[in-house]
Amino acid sequence: MSNESQHRGPVALHNLKVMNRLALTKRMVAHLKQGEAVIGGIGNTNFDLWEVGQRPENFYMLGSMGLAVPIALGVAIAQPQRHVVALEGDGSLLMQLGCLATVAVQAPKNLTIVVWDNGLYQITGSQPTASHTTADLVAMARGAGLAKSSWAADEDEFDRQFAEAIAGGGPTLIAARIDGEPGVGKTDRDPVQIRTNFMRGIAAQK
Amino acid sequence: MTETTTLPWHEIVLARLKANGVKLIVYVPDRVLTVLIKALHADSYFTVFAATREEEAIGIVTGALMGGLRGAVLMQTSGFATLPNALASLVVPSQIPALMFVSERGTLGEFNLGQAMVCRTMRPVLDALGVENHTITRDDELEFIIDRSIKQAYATKAPVAFILSPLLTGGKVFAS
Repeated sequence: MSNESQHRGPVALHNLKVMNRLALTKRMVAHLKQGEAVIGGIGNTNFDLWEVGQRPENFYMLGSMGLAVPIALGVAIAQPQRHVVALEGDGSLLMQLGCLATVAVQAPKNLTIVVWDNGLYQITGSQPTASHTTADLVAMARGAGLAKSSWAADEDEFDRQFAEAIAGGGPTLIAARIDGEPGVGKTDRDPVQIRTNFMRGIAAQK
Repeated sequence: MTETTTLPWHEIVLARLKANGVKLIVYVPDRVLTVLIKALHADSYFTVFAATREEEAIGIVTGALMGGLRGAVLMQTSGFATLPNALASLVVPSQIPALMFVSERGTLGEFNLGQAMVCRTMRPVLDALGVENHTITRDDELEFIIDRSIKQAYATKAPVAFILSPLLTGGKVFAS
């Protein structure tokens, strides 16, 4: 058996298509035409983001699991004219759920959270996460106060939801069920270079 | 600096934050810090809000710094104990000048053993990570330490922790 995503419980009831992370990441990045910043969470999320193309406006986390959304919130507050995307996996988001409540309170219009949910701690050996069985991340986000939270049923719906989200009117959370295919790329491992590239990419002064 | 030494400690901190362009304040609440948090909320210069957890606050301030907005995190001693991973895997290796203000619990009259134990982990963690840290006990040294250290943090792209001793703030007094 593969480490194919086999959600049971509430997520399975949504009758969602199980998609592929690399293919969805490609679709997502194709929408980014106005210098949108992307904060990539650790692990396979980042590996596929890297593989799709190293945009200067991408920040690739190397540790601090769970902090993609808080980092993205900080960028969104600092640069209200720029749209910011936090890209996270289910395991990472589950580690720092309180950030959803903080985002809901601050309600930045220029923030979109995208969650790839394969129900697995894939990079550590595909142990099941809570979303594999019982946790519904979109329901949790709504419960935290993020009214614009939804599952993407298939690729076309993801495209529509994401295009609408980055047009403004956020914060928005979009979650997609993905399969257990491993990430394809490998990020660089120099934190200072990643940070300086990103700051240059979003033209930060300090 | 003599003209400011008569001000309460929290007004000195607020003034130095403002003087150094530190506009974003993210905190996890603490009784001793309440006077500072209230004063920051009352000043429209600052964007001030609570995070649910200290490492979340560090992430927010890191993102803001990368976006060009200076920020600080306020927390108490036990909250600092949640931070080593975020410091070791994000702030320190990425050279992020995050400012941390820690209200010191666990010493000088502590009534909660848990706080006392956590307090003992704080400075060894900061020292192990090579994070500049100052324990501030006197209001006549407060402005100098904070102002110089904030400038150093930005000039050297390094985080700094200010540990606010009960000698400075009065600390939290045993209720009964």
